[in-house]
Amino acid sequence: MNKTPQYDGRDLLRLTTAGSVDDGKSTLIGRLLADTGALSSDQLASLAAQAVQSGQEHIDLAQITDGLSAEREQGITIDVAYRYFATPGRSYILADVPGHEQYTRNMVTGASKATAALLLVDGRSGMTRQTRRHACIAALLGIEDVVFAVNKMDLVDFSQDAFAAAEAEIVGFTARLGFRTRHVVPVSAKQGDNVVHAGRAMDWYPGPPLLDVLDGLPASAGVAQGPFRMAIQMALRPQTSDTHDFRGLMGRVQQGSVSIGDRVAILPGGRESTVTGILGPGGLPINAAEAGRSVILTLADNIDAGRGSLIAAAEDRPRETRTLTAALCWLDDRPQDPRANYLLRASTRTVAARIALPESRLDVDTLDTTPGGDKLAANDIGTVEIRLQDDVACDAYAACKATGAFIVIDPRTNATVAAGMIDHGI
Amino acid sequence: MTVTAEAVVDLGPAQAAAPLGHLEALESEAIYILREAAAQFERPILLFSGGKDSAVILHLALKGFAPGTPPFTLLHVDTGYNYPEVLEFRDSTAEAAGMRLEVRSVEDSIAQGRVVLSRPDESRNAHQSVTLLDAIEDLAADACIGGARRDEEKARAKERVFSHRDAFGGWDPRRQRPELWALYHGAIAPGEHMRVFPISDWTEADVWRYIARERIALPPLYFAHQRDVVERNGRLIPAHPLISLKDGEAPETRSVRFRTVGDITCTCPVESEAATPEDILAETLAAETSERGATRLDDAASEAAMERRKTAGYF
Ligand SMILES: Nc1nc2c(ncn2[C@@H]2O[C@H](COP(=O)(O)OP(=O)(O)OP(=O)(O)O)[C@@H](O)[C@H]2O)c(=O)[nH]1
Ligand SMILES: [Mg+2]
Repeated sequence: MNKTPQYDGRDLLRLTTAGSVDDGKSTLIGRLLADTGALSSDQLASLAAQAVQSGQEHIDLAQITDGLSAEREQGITIDVAYRYFATPGRSYILADVPGHEQYTRNMVTGASKATAALLLVDGRSGMTRQTRRHACIAALLGIEDVVFAVNKMDLVDFSQDAFAAAEAEIVGFTARLGFRTRHVVPVSAKQGDNVVHAGRAMDWYPGPPLLDVLDGLPASAGVAQGPFRMAIQMALRPQTSDTHDFRGLMGRVQQGSVSIGDRVAILPGGRESTVTGILGPGGLPINAAEAGRSVILTLADNIDAGRGSLIAAAEDRPRETRTLTAALCWLDDRPQDPRANYLLRASTRTVAARIALPESRLDVDTLDTTPGGDKLAANDIGTVEIRLQDDVACDAYAACKATGAFIVIDPRTNATVAAGMIDHGI
Repeated sequence: MTVTAEAVVDLGPAQAAAPLGHLEALESEAIYILREAAAQFERPILLFSGGKDSAVILHLALKGFAPGTPPFTLLHVDTGYNYPEVLEFRDSTAEAAGMRLEVRSVEDSIAQGRVVLSRPDESRNAHQSVTLLDAIEDLAADACIGGARRDEEKARAKERVFSHRDAFGGWDPRRQRPELWALYHGAIAPGEHMRVFPISDWTEADVWRYIARERIALPPLYFAHQRDVVERNGRLIPAHPLISLKDGEAPETRSVRFRTVGDITCTCPVESEAATPEDILAETLAAETSERGATRLDDAASEAAMERRKTAGYF
């Protein structure tokens, strides 16, 4: 769709947009793509044709990512769009998410895979409740780097005072959210000022344009460090004549690394064994595998293990439990039912779950936690106790994202109703 | 299931793996997704047309399940307008993989009255959905794995990796399931199915880079060859009995290759001298137009063409 990026020698950043409806997220992504030459000639031609058809003077940059007809009709983003582009030193996987409250679940979808967020704020109005909610969700999901773009500066005459006011508000609000880096940059997505090129309208602004700020953020870490974790996706028993006794455990290393000879534990249950073989893609024998690699492990002992079990470093195991405390982000339009049997899915394990009324909930305006109150409803963030029908092996989300995250499924509708983070403060 | 003592497969001594670069990470992620599909569904099918994206998916499946065989049935929906080289490649590749191949044809759907063309020369491409959905029903498939990528087209850029289809085979872009972290959730109600896209996050260049690295075989049409074509609206139209020429159009022989090999009536080649995957990668990186823009006659018709076809069950 776009001119294809070149990854050779570049690092990778998984970036999500965020912010209130209409603050200009999609326009800004369109601007970034257009001004870095990432759009192909046929795409530009089709945008120009649309502008002529709708009688507009300029092409609508938001239409580059707003790919659904309902989105183009209503002028809002409904669901995440993924785009791929590259600068000389970095390739980007961009998720352009919707700002509308009704589609917060799609924002969570886009943000769950990102390590950095580009949060938009309208220079005229400053932060809204939804901007604050998105900032909270980004922090909760463990996004460490955030760049605030104070947008529509053209509508406030590129005023330094307007920017300073927005910046002060942002700095004040984010102080408690614990991001590793936080930048604030004034831009006009529509006109292009300070996005890829500095432009002259804001010569009072001493910093680099937005793209340089993004290029300077820490790259998305390739390998998750920590004790070895790998959820079993399925057991492999090929049973052909030359592989008759072969039994392997298939999975993708979630954290740390595994080597031949390592002692591992299979959870739940906790039986120990030794890794005797590691097969990489293609069944190629390798002596070690790091996080992110899909492998097949063979073990020294005859252990009952299959989908739903977790293989972990024997000396540094996750905990096994039937009760959890977790931060929960409710996503479904139907509110929580404390008497319903939900399904909790963590890694490859699915168990029945009851979710108690929240112990506390987050006020996204003040960042204060308030006493739990009633059921969690769409867009609510709270701390809950969860009772499980069976044991689950898990880590705190802060220690290992892959084994500390879960989703809640309503078995009546198969809908994903909530996103959870184990032992995670709100 | 139990795990016994040792692997008896002798594949030589264990070696240090190459570091996990971008391509290795994409490969491992695709294998992870394919294994999730195998684990979560009872009768998953893998769409295999003989085109480059499906050749890549099949290659990934073979690598992901070695030393075993991928637990997928291969399915090709044949419009009846495919190049013979592609069909030969399809059959020989499926046989070498040791996997069952089902072929369903739009021609049969027309003969059965399931597809009605508005004019005899109407493109059959969009009608594939009927044949595909019938095949899914006949094979009782609960998942359908395909090689679509998000960088191909605007509506595809919006789609989940596990993409839900209702009992009518339809996609509802306004009500997609949240898809969080790497937790692909495949539960469906009877009659529904899931589309699974393991190379969603790959770009066209990634695909060529991978084909080059893995030496994946492809139909010869993908590489530069001499072909009679006419130039129409900036596109090269192959001179072929299925395509009627307009007044004043005279075919000339040019060196061309196909970027996608679909239905003859709606796939155009591009001018090229590229003889190897490496050459094609170099051309891809320098290309000014997108894969579909340059080569697909059907998508150019309207902004929302793809979305409309997808909501009706198209891939
Ligand atoms: N004047 C001016 N208008 C802008 C600017 N950026 C965006 N807009 C306009 O603001 C409106 C909303 O822009 P979008 O990019 O669709 O906003 P969004 O944040 O993506 O909205 P959602 O995705 O629906 O949440 C459009 O009419 C844009 O043209 C800017 O810098 N200046
Ligand atoms: Mg938008």
